[in-house]
Amino acid sequence: MKAPAKRKPRKSERVMRDGPDLTGGELEARLEATWSRPKGVIGWLASVDHKEIGRRYIITALAFLAMAGLLALHMRLQLMLPDNDVMTPAEFNEAFTMHGTTMMFLFAVPVMQGVQIYLTPIMVGTRAMAFPRLTAFSYYMYLFGGLFLWAAHYLHFGPDNGWFNYVTLSGPQYGVGKKSDAWAQTITFTEVAALAVAVTLVATILKQRAPGMTLARMPIFVWATLVTSLMVIFSMPAIALVSGLLLSDRLVGTQFFNPAEHGDPLLYQHLFWFFGHPEVYIIFLPATGFVSEIVATFSRRTIFGYPIVVLSLVGTGILAFGLWVHHMFATGLPRVGYSFYTAASMSVSIPTGLQIFCWIATIWEGRPRLQVPMLYVIGFIITFVIGGLSGVMIAAVPLDLQVHDTYFIVAHFHYVLIGGAVFPLLGAITYWFPKSTGRMMSEAWGKIGFWIIFLGFQLAFFPMHIAGLMGMPRRVYTYPAGMGLELPNMLSTIGSFVVGFAVALFVANMVLSFWRGLPAGPDPWDAPSLEWATSSPPAWYNFAHIPAVESRTPLWDSKDDFPVVQGLRVDDRELLMTTVISASPDIREPSATPSIWPFVSAVAVAVSFIGSIFSPWALVVGMIPVAIALTAWFWPKLPGPYAEPQIT
Amino acid sequence: MSSHCRNSLAAMAALALLAGCDRENSDARGKPFGETIPSTSPDTVFPGGQKQVPLDPRLAAYGRNAFAIAQGQQLFGAMNCVGCHSHGGGGMGPALMDAEWRYGGRIDQIAQSISEGRPNGMPAWRGKLTDQQIWQLAAYVQSLSGQAPKDAVGSRAEELSNTPPQTQTKREPVLPSDSAQQ
Amino acid sequence: MMRRGLCAGVVSAPCLAGCTGIQTTLGGAGADDTSFIRLFATFLVVCLIMYVLVVGGLAAALANRKVLTVESGAHHESSPWLRSALIGWTVLVAIGLTGLTVASFFVDRSAAARAKHPQFHVKVIANQWWWDVIYMTPDVSQIVHTANELHLPVGVEAEVQLQSNDVIHSFWVPNLAGKQDLIPGRTTDIQLLPTKVGLYRGQCAEFCGIQHANMALVVTVESKVDFLRWLAQQRRPAFAPATPLELAGYRYVTSRECSSCHNIAGTPASGQIGPDLTHLASRRTIAAGTMPMSPGNLYGWVADPQSQKPGNKMPTIGLASNDLHAVVAYLERLK
Repeated sequence: MKAPAKRKPRKSERVMRDGPDLTGGELEARLEATWSRPKGVIGWLASVDHKEIGRRYIITALAFLAMAGLLALHMRLQLMLPDNDVMTPAEFNEAFTMHGTTMMFLFAVPVMQGVQIYLTPIMVGTRAMAFPRLTAFSYYMYLFGGLFLWAAHYLHFGPDNGWFNYVTLSGPQYGVGKKSDAWAQTITFTEVAALAVAVTLVATILKQRAPGMTLARMPIFVWATLVTSLMVIFSMPAIALVSGLLLSDRLVGTQFFNPAEHGDPLLYQHLFWFFGHPEVYIIFLPATGFVSEIVATFSRRTIFGYPIVVLSLVGTGILAFGLWVHHMFATGLPRVGYSFYTAASMSVSIPTGLQIFCWIATIWEGRPRLQVPMLYVIGFIITFVIGGLSGVMIAAVPLDLQVHDTYFIVAHFHYVLIGGAVFPLLGAITYWFPKSTGRMMSEAWGKIGFWIIFLGFQLAFFPMHIAGLMGMPRRVYTYPAGMGLELPNMLSTIGSFVVGFAVALFVANMVLSFWRGLPAGPDPWDAPSLEWATSSPPAWYNFAHIPAVESRTPLWDSKDDFPVVQGLRVDDRELLMTTVISASPDIREPSATPSIWPFVSAVAVAVSFIGSIFSPWALVVGMIPVAIALTAWFWPKLPGPYAEPQIT
Repeated sequence: MSSHCRNSLAAMAALALLAGCDRENSDARGKPFGETIPSTSPDTVFPGGQKQVPLDPRLAAYGRNAFAIAQGQQLFGAMNCVGCHSHGGGGMGPALMDAEWRYGGRIDQIAQSISEGRPNGMPAWRGKLTDQQIWQLAAYVQSLSGQAPKDAVGSRAEELSNTPPQTQTKREPVLPSDSAQQ
Repeated sequence: MMRRGLCAGVVSAPCLAGCTGIQTTLGGAGADDTSFIRLFATFLVVCLIMYVLVVGGLAAALANRKVLTVESGAHHESSPWLRSALIGWTVLVAIGLTGLTVASFFVDRSAAARAKHPQFHVKVIANQWWWDVIYMTPDVSQIVHTANELHLPVGVEAEVQLQSNDVIHSFWVPNLAGKQDLIPGRTTDIQLLPTKVGLYRGQCAEFCGIQHANMALVVTVESKVDFLRWLAQQRRPAFAPATPLELAGYRYVTSRECSSCHNIAGTPASGQIGPDLTHLASRRTIAAGTMPMSPGNLYGWVADPQSQKPGNKMPTIGLASNDLHAVVAYLERLK
């Protein structure tokens, strides 16, 4: 394509690349100009910067954590005494449903994805995600889905049938009103968001790694992100389908779950749990990624058995898809089939056991520093393994048939979710807080907070094992006196308030440290991976020069002068794509600029989705603004007068 | 945004909220307002140009309440209304999903028909069902001809399919039997 | 003896109270529950050993203060024995899990083998929020219909057929056996072999709506003689009213709202929607375990069921006080 030669080229339109003649302060100023976004409200809404979007995900998820946590405290007040009347049955049922739905769909998965969005580009050595506008769109979908669910709750049509919302109770006859529809559409929002993020992450990890960062040199957290995102892509369609089938039954009278018309309530359970089981590993595997990174840094050596850890992640990800029937052991399916799922559920703990060995071996081989992130790792191991072992117990059918749907299960999954995901998350936030804000969190208050949450958690959730064995089912708004349940419930209530206090303390630490914490340099922890080569907080463009990598621990090998790549444009957004396995430089690819259209598209899609629970016509009519917004979003950018020559 | 625009938007939002409350309220306790089914005339034509007594808005809200309609649907099967009326198509008893209402199609008139019984076979349910249950049945019967808002009805029951989905039911006019064509 | 020893030795102190409760998985009053306790104890011992190994390894690793020659660095070389330890650990975990899986499989199979020859049949139909219990016999006139209670003869394998009239429920009597879901459109079953005479409590274990928490079942395990005596008594039609007050109650119950939903054998009240009331007064609880049977509780229930169990399907009628006295007097007659 010939460039028009009429106009005198302005200085800003000349193609400029970084190189020997453009380095240092001038390079950074030009990169800043290219990669920053406009100021103001429109600029904020139009941002496609992965660090901003990742931060938004994390802060929004923490807000939902707080809201769901308050519901939990309210429920614990109700369950503190037998035959209590702090909450009506209807309020309690809404509370445990909102608690579970919010924690699983609006906190656990989004916070992990948020950290993945924030860290992945700076860990692999690139400037942006593969699909920046899609990532922005996904955040707005997540936000609108969460706001919709809680608005429905306050407007008295929030769901009240449990976070898995089984038919037949949630079906058209017994699920009265719009409550189940609100649940199903919230799922639609969050699954679209999660899928979009997963796709972007896979593309970024496979194609945008720094030159020399072969798959075998990727940080473990990036491996965890890759495996998790592939799991999201394969499992989310199942829940998209099941929530769609439920909505269809409820809105237009299809018969998917109606046994009288050859439908089956168990179809719902199969589809739900085909997603539901991988979901918990989608939450857990990124946490193991955090643990690997923290253990390596704070033991001051590389992770022991890197190939084992990677294979364990992949193995867990694959095996996780073969376990789902262990949620259905009480439904009366053929027992010989159950034996298969018992064996599969037991075997999935082998890769995790290997990872634990590798972490402990790393600590053994290294010289551990017991700072706050490392404390959370220790708390994780002590707590998660209890949850994992209670999981081994309930993988056995005779054991599960007694404790299924009791507080034993509640104890199990809180041990693996809080111990296995929240503790590493708190450690990860403490660890990467200096990178994101340029300030350290308070070490003293961090230690105090760790001990309070660790001990409070044990007090809150260990007695639930006992309560379950003593016959307390789940999802009961009260229990009778005289069954021995008073003591475990009272202890759980006290412990839950201790946990709530500790979480508040952690958030206060975050907020106060943001304003008044000790300033942090680029690498306050002396860590090995690439994100610690950026400034704290990273500039808009992440790296002044794209690094080239020669080992798994680039910053431990050559701290101040590691090799970099030169030749990328600085006057326009451009990324370096590398090959999938060996990460040799492949092509240069433009990267999307800020745009308001992802936000507008999300609004249009949200209106259409929310309207569709009241009338199917909303989907048809609502597609018009969506089509307009998507067209504007994807409108091709005309090449400038000095565009790169096309290779034909 | 002009104040007129703002006011209408606010009114729409308030209506939406209220509509939500009407639909979702599931207070199963006790009796509704009023102990008895008020006596209303089944006629729509009155001497001297009088109009029909307006319907108490709380009773009208019953017809919009999803819980009442669902309970009414269950009672309709449990009390064997289907034995004469089928699932709205009629049989021994008149059809309930059409436009013809021999004894009036307003919710209070339907409730009165159920409570007092009607000639030629409609039994009287007063004393066999509580007033609240009769109101719930009346709300459900109203929904069979499409009078209930579509977001308050359940699309189908968990049984053999016997009607088009209730959420797609066309809203029939409510006509007295002399002006409805047979 | 061994079971008691295991129980005491392996589970913690608060749980000892749980071993003797009426709704506990550690009660051991049924064959399946006894196998559960043994299997659980096995798993607990193995899991405790693994846990001690992991936490012990962690503690040792933290305590092991290696002197590094360089302050920080990649340190790619690791102790050679760690590789063997890794393999050993993997083998240990695999063997442990295989052993546990095999143990679980054998317990499962033995329960299935035991369950092949049930000696009598009961049908339980779950509704929101009560249990319809039907003792089946080939002679239709001998069928016993009761609600929210189950009587079982000790030492006799019973097969309970499970169905649901509305949503998914779950039948669970922890002292006797594990649970089984009742799914609309399907018939499932559970085999119970009670081994100890006593009174036990079961509860619905799958969320089924607003009053899921108050859907309990009283299970009486008794000798065969007592069981047959109970069954014969249940087969009798309802006792006739004996006093004028009871007669007034009888008239109300059989002609007004009660008869629309409830059945009382031998009277005109033949509703099929709600629990059978023929022998109501012989039951131990009211409203599926919501409260114990007593005159005061019966008054409270009949007067205003919605305040006792909000959201349940029995409406508050608003009885006049003399009707209330009459009705309750009659209901108490229904032993």
